[in-house]
Amino acid sequence: MFSSISVAIPRGKTGYLVVLFSLFLLASTLVSLSMGYMDIPILDILKIILGKTLTAAGDASSMTETFETVLFDIRLPRILTCAAVGAALAVSGVLFQGILLNPLADPYTLGVSAGAAFGASIAILFNLSAALVSVPVFAFAGACATLFFVLFLSYSPDGPAGGLSSNNLILSGIIVAAILSAGISFLKFLADEQVSVIIFWLMGSFASRTWPQFLLVSVFLSLGFCVSVFFARDLNLISMGDRSAISLGVDLKKVTLILLITGSMLAAVSVAISGIIGFVGLLVPHMMRFLTGPDNRKLLPVSMLAGATLLLWADTITRAVLPHEIPIGVLTALIGGPVFCWIFKKSRM
Amino acid sequence: MDISMDHIHFFHGETSILEDVTCRFAPGKFYAVLGPNGSGKTTLLDLICGFRRPKTGRILLGDMPVNTFSRRKMAQTISLVSQSYEVNFPFLVKEVVMMGRHPHVDRFSRPSQDDRKLAARVMEMTGISHLAHRHITELSGGEKQRCVFARALCQDTPVMLLDEAFSNMDIHHSLYLLGLVKTAVLKQHKTVIAVLHDINLAAGFSHEMLFLKQGRITAMGDTQKVLTQKNIETVFNVTSKVEYNDYVQALQVYFKPL
Repeated sequence: MFSSISVAIPRGKTGYLVVLFSLFLLASTLVSLSMGYMDIPILDILKIILGKTLTAAGDASSMTETFETVLFDIRLPRILTCAAVGAALAVSGVLFQGILLNPLADPYTLGVSAGAAFGASIAILFNLSAALVSVPVFAFAGACATLFFVLFLSYSPDGPAGGLSSNNLILSGIIVAAILSAGISFLKFLADEQVSVIIFWLMGSFASRTWPQFLLVSVFLSLGFCVSVFFARDLNLISMGDRSAISLGVDLKKVTLILLITGSMLAAVSVAISGIIGFVGLLVPHMMRFLTGPDNRKLLPVSMLAGATLLLWADTITRAVLPHEIPIGVLTALIGGPVFCWIFKKSRM
Repeated sequence: MDISMDHIHFFHGETSILEDVTCRFAPGKFYAVLGPNGSGKTTLLDLICGFRRPKTGRILLGDMPVNTFSRRKMAQTISLVSQSYEVNFPFLVKEVVMMGRHPHVDRFSRPSQDDRKLAARVMEMTGISHLAHRHITELSGGEKQRCVFARALCQDTPVMLLDEAFSNMDIHHSLYLLGLVKTAVLKQHKTVIAVLHDINLAAGFSHEMLFLKQGRITAMGDTQKVLTQKNIETVFNVTSKVEYNDYVQALQVYFKPL
C-alpha cells in the first residue's frame, strides 16, 4: 500500500536495526528514569544500579535511599510496564495486519478493546470488590469473551481454511464492537457519579503501576513474541492471501487461529493493565515496514522495540514534561492521528 | 503422479457446484479445462490441491487420499497459480519467488545455495530478473502473474495447477510460458492441469481436454477427439468451425459472431 515511499535503509540490515533500537530503548529508559517531579541525575542512577548489582553495602546516605525508593518502587515499574505494553501492542498490530491482509488493521480490530472496556465498566459500575484487582480481571475476561464470540461468529465450516476469512473477521469484529459500545454507553448512563471513573479508566494510564503488573505483561509478551516469531514465515505467506498460503504449505486454519489468539491475548492484557491506548498497534508496524519491508521475521523484533520506545516516550511526556498528567490514550491519539495523516497523505503523492 | 477423482460432489451452501465428477489425470500430460463462467473450473482445482474438501466422493494423489496429506507434503506435490494475486504488502519480487521454497526449507533455516540458484533460474526463465528488487505491489497485472508463476515453478512440484494463469499476460509471455510448461510436462513428466479461456491456446498446447458445464463433465479425452463443433456448441452455446491449421500445427476454432 505505502510502496511508493523509497526505502532509505537497505534491507537485510535488520541486525543493525535491532541493536540500534535496543540501545535507544535502553537510553530512553535511563533518561526517563531521571525525569520527573524529582530530578535524579543519570550518573546517580547508574551508580545506584551498579551499586545494587555489584556490592550489597555501599554508602547508604539518606539521599541515595530516597532516590532508590523513587527509582525502584515508583518509576522503574511504571516505565517497564509501559514499555512492555507498547511492545505487546506493536507485536499484536503486526499479527493482525498480517492475518487480516490489511495494513490498516490494529490490535482492536476484532473488538478486543470494546470487550475489555465493557468488562471494566461493569466492574466499576457494580463496584466489584477492591476495584484495583477486579477491574483488570474483568477487562481481560471481557476481551477474551469478545474474541471467542467474534471467532464463533465468523466461523463457517464450509469455507476454505475453516472459514476464518479476513472479511468475515473484520465484519464480525465491527458488529460486536458496535454492540458493546452501545452497552458501554448504557452503563455510563446508569453510572451517575461513577461515570468519570469509567471514562478515566477507558482513556488509559500507567500511573502507579507495580512490579506484579509488569511481570504479568512481560510473561504474556515473551510468550506472544516467541509464538509470533515461530510462525513469522507462515504469516508472510498468509499476508499474500489464503490460496497462496495453502498452496505453499501453510496449515492456514491452525496458524490463523493460533496467531489470532496470540495477538488478542497481547492486546487484552495490555488493555487490562493500562486501559485503551490507540494508534501504537496501528502506527508502529506501519512505520517500521518502511525500514524492514513487509517480511514479518524482520518486522516483528523491530516493531516490538519501536513500540516499547514510542509508548515509553509518550508516557514520559505525560508524566514528567506536561504540567498535568493527561491520559496516555488521549496523548497517543492526539500525536499518532496527525502523524498517520501525514504518512498517509505523503505516501499517496 | 496420478490424480483420480471419484464421484465428486461439491456444494456452496445449497447450490451444487460440482456434480458427480469422475476423471483421471496422468503424469507427462498437459490437461486443459474449459467451460463457461461459473461452471466449476476453479472449484475443481481447489479440490485437487486440498483448498476445499468435497462433500462426497474421493480424490487420490498417487494411491493416497488427498486428506491424508499434510499441508507441507501437499505443497511439495502440487503448486497452484491462482486467479487472484492481489497483494497489499510491498514484498520484493525476489522475496515472493523465494516463498516458493517454503515447503522445502525448514523453519528457521535459511534458503540454501541451491534454493537461491533455483529462484534465480526461474526468475530468468519467466523474464522477471530485472524486476527482482521491485515491490510486487508496483507491478502491472501481467508482471504480477509472471511473478506468481515463477513462485510456482520455484516450488518445483510434480503437479502444477494453473487457474487462468495467463489471463493478463501479453501473447509473447503466454506462448513462452506455456511452452516452458509443456517442456516440463514432456521432459520431467509433470502433470499440468490448466484452466484456460482461450480455446485456441488450449488447442495448441494440451494433450487432453476436459469440458465442464454447470458442474458436470460433458466431454473429456484427447484434444484431437473432443475438440469438436458439437462439444463447443453444447458447452459454450456458440457456433464454430474446427479445423486443423498447418501454421499452428494444431486444431483451431473459428467462431461465428452471435
